[in-house]
Amino acid sequence: MTEAVTAAAGRVSVSKTGAPEAKASVAPMATQPKVGAGHSSEDTFPKLLLRNARIRGQKPAIRKKDLGIWQAWTWEDVHDVVRDFSLGLTGLGFKPGDKLAIVGTNRPRLYWSMVAAQSLGGVPVPVYADSVAEEMAYVLEHAGVRFAVVEDQEQVDKLLSIADKLPALEQIVYDETRGLRDYDHGHLHSFEAVTDAGRAARFAQPNAEADWLERIGKGKGDDLSIILYTSGTTGRPKGVMLSHENLVVSAGNANAFDQLGEGEETLAYLPLAWIGDYVFSVAQSYIAGYCVNCPESPETALDDRREIGPTYFFAPPRVFEGLLTLIMVRMEDAGRVKKKMFDYFMDVARRSGEKILNGEPAPISERLLYWLGEFLVYGPMKNRMGFSRLKVGYTAGEAIGPEIFRFYRSLGLNLKQLYGQTEASVYIAMQPDGEILGDSVGKPAPDVEIRIADNGEILYRSPGTFVGYYKDEEATRSTKTEDGWVHAGDAGFFTEEGHIRIIDRAKDVGRLSDGALFAPKYLENKLKFFPNIKEAVAFGDGRDKVCVFINIDLTSVGSWAERNNVNYASYQELAANPRVYEMIEAHVDQVNRDLAGEPLMAGAQIHRFLVLHKELDADDGELTRTQKVRRSFIADRYGPLIEALYEGAVHKHVVTEVTFEDGRKGSIEANVEIRDMKTYPARGDGVREAAE
Amino acid sequence: MNAHVDPAEARVPMGKDELLLKVDNVSLYFGGVKAITNISFDIRKGEIRAIIGPNGAGKTSMLNVINGFYHPQVGTITWRGEVRRKMKPYEAASQGIARTFQNVALFKGMTTLDNIMSGRTLAMRRNFLWQLLRHGPALDEEIAHRRRVEEIIDFLEIEHIRKTPVGRLPYGLQKRVELGRALAMEPELLLLDEPMAGMNLEEKEDMSRYIVDVNEQFGTTIALIEHDMGVVMDLSDRVVVLDYGKKIADGPPDEVKSNQDVIDAYLGVAH
Repeated sequence: MTEAVTAAAGRVSVSKTGAPEAKASVAPMATQPKVGAGHSSEDTFPKLLLRNARIRGQKPAIRKKDLGIWQAWTWEDVHDVVRDFSLGLTGLGFKPGDKLAIVGTNRPRLYWSMVAAQSLGGVPVPVYADSVAEEMAYVLEHAGVRFAVVEDQEQVDKLLSIADKLPALEQIVYDETRGLRDYDHGHLHSFEAVTDAGRAARFAQPNAEADWLERIGKGKGDDLSIILYTSGTTGRPKGVMLSHENLVVSAGNANAFDQLGEGEETLAYLPLAWIGDYVFSVAQSYIAGYCVNCPESPETALDDRREIGPTYFFAPPRVFEGLLTLIMVRMEDAGRVKKKMFDYFMDVARRSGEKILNGEPAPISERLLYWLGEFLVYGPMKNRMGFSRLKVGYTAGEAIGPEIFRFYRSLGLNLKQLYGQTEASVYIAMQPDGEILGDSVGKPAPDVEIRIADNGEILYRSPGTFVGYYKDEEATRSTKTEDGWVHAGDAGFFTEEGHIRIIDRAKDVGRLSDGALFAPKYLENKLKFFPNIKEAVAFGDGRDKVCVFINIDLTSVGSWAERNNVNYASYQELAANPRVYEMIEAHVDQVNRDLAGEPLMAGAQIHRFLVLHKELDADDGELTRTQKVRRSFIADRYGPLIEALYEGAVHKHVVTEVTFEDGRKGSIEANVEIRDMKTYPARGDGVREAAE
Repeated sequence: MNAHVDPAEARVPMGKDELLLKVDNVSLYFGGVKAITNISFDIRKGEIRAIIGPNGAGKTSMLNVINGFYHPQVGTITWRGEVRRKMKPYEAASQGIARTFQNVALFKGMTTLDNIMSGRTLAMRRNFLWQLLRHGPALDEEIAHRRRVEEIIDFLEIEHIRKTPVGRLPYGLQKRVELGRALAMEPELLLLDEPMAGMNLEEKEDMSRYIVDVNEQFGTTIALIEHDMGVVMDLSDRVVVLDYGKKIADGPPDEVKSNQDVIDAYLGVAH
C-alpha cells in the first residue's frame, strides 16, 4: 500500500485559520514549485547578498555581542567584508571547487567565510567544533579541504595536531587572535590580515572587484552550496551535498509558510555543522533579509536571547524541556503568594490558552482571566525565557513531551513541530497554524511529496532533496531512488487528518520474541517526558521482554534532593540512591499503565530497569554530537549490564572507562541495582482504534 | 581547552634580565616566631616566578612583605630600582603591585562586573561626588573604565556571569573573578597566592592558560605560590623554594626539581 499526499492538499485547509492573505501568498508557489519564493534571478547565496546590499543596504544583517555591547553589521557592511575576504582568499590561492572547512561557534566572520567561499565557486564544509581531533580528521580528509577558517587558538591547535593526516590542507585562517601571536604564520593568517590583503588587492588591481562580481554572476542554482557531514548514528559520517537551488527553494518555501519577512530577529546558537543552523541563520535570512544575532559566548545564549527577543526561533525539544525544568525548579523556591498565583493562572492557561491561540471560541470570562494572567504571569515568564516577541517557534529532532509542548502553547507561544533532515534541506513536514496535533509532526511541507513504503518507512521527494553523498555513490544510490524519492529512514504513518506521525527509526523497529511490536524510541520518549529522566535506552528486539537503562536528570533530581535533604557527591551517588530508584520506578510504572492502553504497544511494557552509574556522553561515543543515543554502541559497551538485566540478577558490578574533556581516560566502577516492574494486561478501550 | 600548556617553548627566555624587584636579607618575626629568616631573591621583569615550599614555609608571609602588608624587621626591598623599608598596601597597589588571595576575598554580594570594576578604583580620577552624579566627565571616565573591564571579562571568558553576584558562583569561577579584579589594576607585578587551590583538573588547566596569557599578552610579571608541582614546573621560568622560613633553593624548574634539599623538604628525611 502506498499513500501519497501532496503539499497542495495540505495547504487547502489553511483557510481555517482565517488568514486569507496568507493563503494568497502561498498559493502561487504550488503552480511553479521550482522557483524559490519568487526570486528567480537570485539563485545563489552570493547573488542574494548582492541583492540585499542593494535593496536593504542599511538594514542590519547580523549582530554579535562584543565587550557587552551588541554590534551590528548592515547588509552593505557584510557585502564589503565578504568581498574583501574573498579577494584575500583568492590571493592565498583559493580556486573554484575548493573546499573550505569552517570550525567554531556562531560568529559573523564564520558565516561570512561560507558565503565568501561560495562567491569564489568553492564549497564551505562546516565541522562540529566540539568534535575531537580524530573525528575532525576523518571529515576534513574525506572532504579534501584546502582551506580552513577557524574560531580561535583551540581550533588552530586541533587542526595543527592532525595536519599530517590532512595532506590537502594548505592555509588556516583564524578569527580570534588571542594566544596565536608566537605561532609560525607561514600558513596561518588572521581574518583581518586576509581581509586587509583583499582590500589592498582591490585598490591595486582595478578589475579585482569586477572579476569577483563576474564570478558570482557565473554561479548557478545547481552549483554545490554546502557539504554537511551528518553526525552518523551509524558508522562513518556522510557528506550531504546540497545545491543552492535545494536551499533557496526550501528556505523560501519555509519563509512563505510562516510569513517571515525582513523584520524577523533570530538567534544563531546551534552548531554550524548542522543543517538547521545553515538554513535558519544563512539561507532563510538571505532570502527574507532578516537579522541574525550571534551570542557573546555559548554560555550566554539564554541571556542574549532575552535581550534580543527573537521573533523566529528553533530549538530541539531538550532546550524547551530544560527551560521548563528551570522554571519549575525556581517556582518550587518561590514565595507562597507567587506560587499560588502561578498555579492558578497556569490552570487558566491549560484550560483556555491553546483555544485562544488557535482562535477558537472561548467564554469571555476565560478571556478576561487569561488577559490578567498574561499581565501577571505569562508575560513576565515569556520575558524571562526571551520569548516576548516570538512569532513562531519550531522544535524537531526528537519527540517533544505533550505536556511540555502544551505548556508553551498555552502561554500563547506559537510553538510548532516540524520533521526534517539534512538530506531534505530540513523541511519535510510542518505543522500549519491552527492544525496542531501534539503527537504528529504536521503535514507535508510546501512542494514536498511524501509516501509510506510497505515496511512503514517514510519516503519523500521535493526540490530540496540533496544532490548526493560526497564521494559515496553507493550510499547515495541506496538512499535516493532514480526518480528522486529519498528514504527517510524513519517509520511513520499518516493519520486520518493527513498528518504524519513518526514512530521510530525504521531499522530500530523490531519485535519481541512473542511477536509484539517493539519501538525502542517510542518507549524511551515516553520515559524522557518525565523531567527526572534525562535519557533512556530500551532493549528488547528478538528477546522475550523489554528492559531499559535510565539516566536521571541532574538538574531536576538534584533540586529534589536538595529539598528533601538527600546528600550526594556525584551523579553516580545520586543515581544509586534508593529513594531516587523509587521515584524512577513510579515513572516506569506510569509508562507501563499508558502502554497497556495502546494495543499496538501493550506487549512492549517494561519488565526491568536500572539507573546507569554514569551519564551518557558524546565524548565517550555513547551519544552523537547532536545528543542522540547510539544504540548499538551502548549495547556493546554495557554488554554485562544487559546480560544482568535478562539473567534476572538484582545487582551487577561494572567498571566503565570514561573519557575526560581533554582526551584523557579514566574509569568508574559501580554496583548497579536492577528492579523488576509490574506489567498490565492490555486494556480494551483502544482496540477499536487499532483495528482501523 | 587544550590539555597541555607548554609555555616554556612559546615564550622567549631572552630579554628578561632587567630586575623588577629584589629582596635582600629579609627577616620577619611575629614576637618570637621567625616567619622568614634572611631571605634574598629577585624577580625579573616579564618572568613567571614561583615561590614554593611545604606548609608553613613562609610563602604567604613573603607575598605580604612584597605588597607591604607586613613590614620586615631586617632587610630591604628594592622595587624598580628604589630601595624601600616601609610601604603601605595601597602604596604598593598604586605603584603597580596587585594580588589575589589564598582564600578568595571578593565582595560576595556584588556582581562580577562590579567586583572587577572595584579594581579600577585607584585609576579613577574623579572624586566620589562626581561619581555619584554620574554625569559629564565622570560618566566619560566610567565608560572608559568599563571598556577596560569588559576587555578583561572577555579575556577571562566570564561573560556569562557578568551580572551574577559572586557569592553564588562556584569556587573556580570566583578565583577567576579575583584574578580579573587584580588585572583591572593593570599591574606591573601580579602576586597570585595559590591561584589553583581547590580546583579540579580542568579548572587548573584553564587557570594555567590564563596565567600564561596574562604574562604573554600584557607582559605582566607574575609571582605565584602554588602547591601543584606539575603546574609550577610547567608555568614558571624560575622557582624559589622556602622551608621553615629559609631559602633552600633557587633556579630554573629542572634544577630545583633535582635539588636534594628540596626533595628532602617535600618528602621528609630521617633525622
